[in-house]
Amino acid sequence: MLVHTAFDRAEQVARHWAAAGCPLVIHADKSVPRDAFNAFTKALSDLPDVRYSKRHRCEWGTWGLVAATQGAADLMLDEFPDVRHVYLASGSCLPLRPVQELKDYLADRPNTDFIESATTADVPWTVGGLDHERFTLRFPFSWRKNRFLFDRYVALQRRIGYKRHIPNGIVPHMGSQWWCLTRQTLSAILSDPDRDIYDRYFKHVWIPDESYFQTLARQYSRQIESRSLTLSKFDYQGKPHIFYDDHLQLLRRSDCFVARKIWPFANRLYDAFLTDGAGAMKRTEPNPGKIDRIFSKAVERRTRGRPGLYMQSRFPVEGRENGLTCSQYSVFEGFSDLFENFEPWLARVTGTRVHGHLFAPDRAEFADGQTVVNGALSDSAALRDYNPRGFLTSLIWNTRGERQCFQVGPRDTIKKIEWDIAKDPNAQISVISGAWAVPLFKSNRNFAEIRQEAALLQQAESKHLEVLRSQWAKARIRIWTMADFIEAPMEPLQTIIDEIGQQNMRGIAEVPKMAELTGFGQFLQNLKNQGMHPYLMGDFPVAHGPHEPQNNKPKPYLVK
Amino acid sequence: MGLVQSYRMRLKRKRAKVRAWRKHFSLRSVCDRTNKIKSGDILLFSTFRDEYVRLPYFMEYYRNLGVSHFIMVDNDSQDGGREYLAEQPDVSLWTTKASYKNARFGVDWLNWLQAKYADGHWILVVDPDEFFVYPFCDTRPIRALTDWLDVSHLRSFGAMLLDMYPKGRMDAVHYRPGQNPIEIASWFDPGNYVIQKNHAFGNLWIQGGPRARVFFADKPKKAPALNKVPLVKWDRRYAFVSSTHMLLPRGLNQTYDTLGGEKASGVLLHAKFLDTFANKAEEELERKQHYAASVEYQSYYDNLHDNPDLWCKWSEKYINWRQLEILGLMSKGNWA
Repeated sequence: MLVHTAFDRAEQVARHWAAAGCPLVIHADKSVPRDAFNAFTKALSDLPDVRYSKRHRCEWGTWGLVAATQGAADLMLDEFPDVRHVYLASGSCLPLRPVQELKDYLADRPNTDFIESATTADVPWTVGGLDHERFTLRFPFSWRKNRFLFDRYVALQRRIGYKRHIPNGIVPHMGSQWWCLTRQTLSAILSDPDRDIYDRYFKHVWIPDESYFQTLARQYSRQIESRSLTLSKFDYQGKPHIFYDDHLQLLRRSDCFVARKIWPFANRLYDAFLTDGAGAMKRTEPNPGKIDRIFSKAVERRTRGRPGLYMQSRFPVEGRENGLTCSQYSVFEGFSDLFENFEPWLARVTGTRVHGHLFAPDRAEFADGQTVVNGALSDSAALRDYNPRGFLTSLIWNTRGERQCFQVGPRDTIKKIEWDIAKDPNAQISVISGAWAVPLFKSNRNFAEIRQEAALLQQAESKHLEVLRSQWAKARIRIWTMADFIEAPMEPLQTIIDEIGQQNMRGIAEVPKMAELTGFGQFLQNLKNQGMHPYLMGDFPVAHGPHEPQNNKPKPYLVK
Repeated sequence: MGLVQSYRMRLKRKRAKVRAWRKHFSLRSVCDRTNKIKSGDILLFSTFRDEYVRLPYFMEYYRNLGVSHFIMVDNDSQDGGREYLAEQPDVSLWTTKASYKNARFGVDWLNWLQAKYADGHWILVVDPDEFFVYPFCDTRPIRALTDWLDVSHLRSFGAMLLDMYPKGRMDAVHYRPGQNPIEIASWFDPGNYVIQKNHAFGNLWIQGGPRARVFFADKPKKAPALNKVPLVKWDRRYAFVSSTHMLLPRGLNQTYDTLGGEKASGVLLHAKFLDTFANKAEEELERKQHYAASVEYQSYYDNLHDNPDLWCKWSEKYINWRQLEILGLMSKGNWA
């Protein structure tokens, strides 16, 4: 048992092992003050089968840990000739099942060594990007205290192509440092005639406690079970996850023999597992699946986070968002100008939430005229324009699970948001260019005003279309000129709605009502005559053509 | 970050230390029990003025979380709060009649006391109306969090201010001493917060919530900042710069991840909006001792008289920290 802090807990656990008849060898870190160590040994002085091995300084990732383990193992094998399996544990390990069950388990497998041991090519846990290089470079500088020199020295060795010779052609293996070896294997490792050579080599390997026994056990073991009997989970930085009181049920159901590491103040855990009434645990193979899931989820959350969420502890720089928004949404440009009842129609057909112009100059036109929507998001234009990206990402985040659609037009304040939408793969943008002219055509205003506004809107939309057509746009973007669109309006609508892909798989049963466009061609011609050149809507004939749209056309081709 | 800028920040930090030294002369010790502080204790720092009604529950809440010692500064209270705290066995209390504003809203006083008593301790800096919520706070004491931060080599922990409010008029329910204020002010805005990065100090500037929605809908830039770093492993060289919104050195403000992941974070439930609030707003307006000449209180005051209901259809009722984590207001990070 390796201890360095929380001696009261270490004592408790030591007593637990001893009470089950297991002899113990304890190694205390050399940095432990003499007083604390003496108090600890005194507290355990009533136990007959406890020995203390020579103390080494055990800094993380250094040879000290291996030296300590070797010393303790030697002592164990010498002093207690009846010992068949040696279990390496720490002071913060907690036996979860009655020790007798562990003894029975090992007795059934007298020649099996339980040691996680895998070749470097096969393991994903390599913190710091060093896997095989652990064994071929030298590491004279501490990773914790002297990271800069550590990194520089690694870089230097890489550059000059330095490689250490691996002695006797052993194949480096790595794995959890908590193992359980048989006397045969352990003594073979410790009394190997080449041990000096191996020790000299491993002294300069990085994190030798995860590779020394793991590698050498492969040389001698008759039967290796490559897994640790100690449940120990590591986070993305390679430090162990800690268990607390609220993990009690999880640990009970894990069926593992020993868990590490336990928070020293987790009273409920110590009480529950060390008062040996916990024979409730079934005699089954260890099954840490649930715990695995919880901890791998934690790592995922820490490294990838929840896409589309911006909050106090997740604020990704541009390009690292994993998606600007958290789910798909649709942007319609020109549709509500061309169709009189587009928004209610779309809501009915797709079952999505259809807003008006969210970026209208006076307020955000939320669906159903609401002034506040999910998340208590306000319709105030000032709040929205203060941080339009925050406004959009919040809206999509707050309504996750329900697809959002909204209208955009050249009258809206979209300067600060249009690039974000265009670059967002979650956006589906459908544009009928030039449709902004329809409300002008319908309006009862002086023609000079109309002409002026038409010029402004056309300019705004054409700039916006440049953004949508740029090479950086990642959204699914479709652009029709108005003339093209009204040729056969149902086909594009069907495509868009299929892509939204909600319940409607039967084709569109109901058609939105298109604005009455009689005389629109002449209206455009009048604009031209005034010296303004409307081009975004495509070519409209001045006179009524045969292609003039009809409102009461029969249902078009159905897409099944 | 260039050398020049780094040096400028260093000067700023030094200046804050000098200010703290200058302002500490106005502090008078009421009771000093700091000799009871043991190494490893978690300390709480706070300033208050006329908050007697809130103090009993405040003390109870933080004692339950495992705070070992309270270091408090009373700014000339007249309501008996000072006398109450002086009797508490785990409180060290100072008092001052000096201006709150001139002490940069109490920061200078606390910086001084922190440098003196908190070196090497984890400290929690909160106001009497702020209640710290962190992942697993219902099952793990605050010591579990600080131990984990220690193992993770983290020196600071962020917790956003979350404004809590009652449903209906603020003065409808009377708050009694010792009562959990979240029972009355149990609603919050779940998703209308906006974030910008403050490049000078490296912290995030968060605004939004009911105050932005109701009081600042036409001048959002003026809406109060909600980002806070209330939990820090203190070193006497550190200094808070502006309330607990930011610290120096700048590394302490890095409580967020920039590569897409989530760091662990908490929330400060801000139970400001109780029936006591209207009086407070009036008084603060007169004293002009708050930030930007109390422009905040002016806004509240104007609005409070018309319609003191911050509640809306999309307000969320507070249940527990897990709810806040699901809503994305805080995160467990890789603490599991």
